Amino acid sequence: MNPIGNLNKIFESRIRLGVMSVLMVNDEVNFNDLKQMLEVTDGNLASHLNTLEENGYIKVYKGFIGRKTNTTYSITATGEKAFKGHLAALEHMIKFTK
Amino acid sequence: MTDQQHLQTLTDIKRIMERSSRFISLSGLSGVSAGICALVGAWLARTWLTAYYDRWDASGIYDMADFAELKLRLIALALAVMVAAVGGGIFFTWRRARRNNLPVWDVTSRKVLMNVCIPLAAGGAFAAGLLYNHFETLVAPTCLVFYGLALINGSKYTLPDVRYLGLLETILGIANLFFLRKGLYFWAVGFGVLHIVYGILMWWKYERKEREAFNI
Repeated sequence: MNPIGNLNKIFESRIRLGVMSVLMVNDEVNFNDLKQMLEVTDGNLASHLNTLEENGYIKVYKGFIGRKTNTTYSITATGEKAFKGHLAALEHMIKFTK
Repeated sequence: MTDQQHLQTLTDIKRIMERSSRFISLSGLSGVSAGICALVGAWLARTWLTAYYDRWDASGIYDMADFAELKLRLIALALAVMVAAVGGGIFFTWRRARRNNLPVWDVTSRKVLMNVCIPLAAGGAFAAGLLYNHFETLVAPTCLVFYGLALINGSKYTLPDVRYLGLLETILGIANLFFLRKGLYFWAVGFGVLHIVYGILMWWKYERKEREAFNI
């Protein structure tokens, strides 16, 4: 069996991995808080969020606070499953190569 | 990718999960400073109370104006102690956050504050109602119980150890109900001694190593 077969290609980017980590433990996080926690630029974060959304791993809610846009993100059941699988694969690899 | 990189990835994930859901900059020293403020306040209150009873004994009659003044002074003292304790707490926490290059005012600290403030505000209003209806003896246990519940509520978003401090404060407040009129001593133990002990333990557990790591 291919030892890295279970690793998810989508999670190879550190930013996407970070986004998933944050969303795993928080019900709903908005764009600015994600940006602050992961220390990335707007454009960079936005494109990674798009990828995650296209793959059905996260859900996006566009809302407003007054006139300012407030976009929040949360993890989907698919996303949670995929992320857990990726973590398990990582752990598995580390144990096996030791 | 090598093993080391995978391990690093897992460590990063764990760190991000922790940092995004818990406010980890809460300093143990803020507990110590709050405890010291409380003990100084309790000592002052005790001096005033003793002086009040001495005056009562000397005059031989209950003086309504004197009692009203005492009550006002004690409330003012309690508020001053609270401001000093909160101020010290913010200072030490801010210092720790700055040292670790973490933001003080972010989602997690807002969550802690919200979750602590809701039961605390309820307790404050409850205590104000007690004072209004002249149930002064019940104020001390009420403060301890609500403060403990506030800590238990806030502990979900910060150091898990805060939960135990909250439990102890709540138990102490309930115990105080069975020893009414000893409120000042229960306050001194709950807000003073417990905070200092908790603060030192937390400092020892989390911050000592940080200091060594930064070689300060």
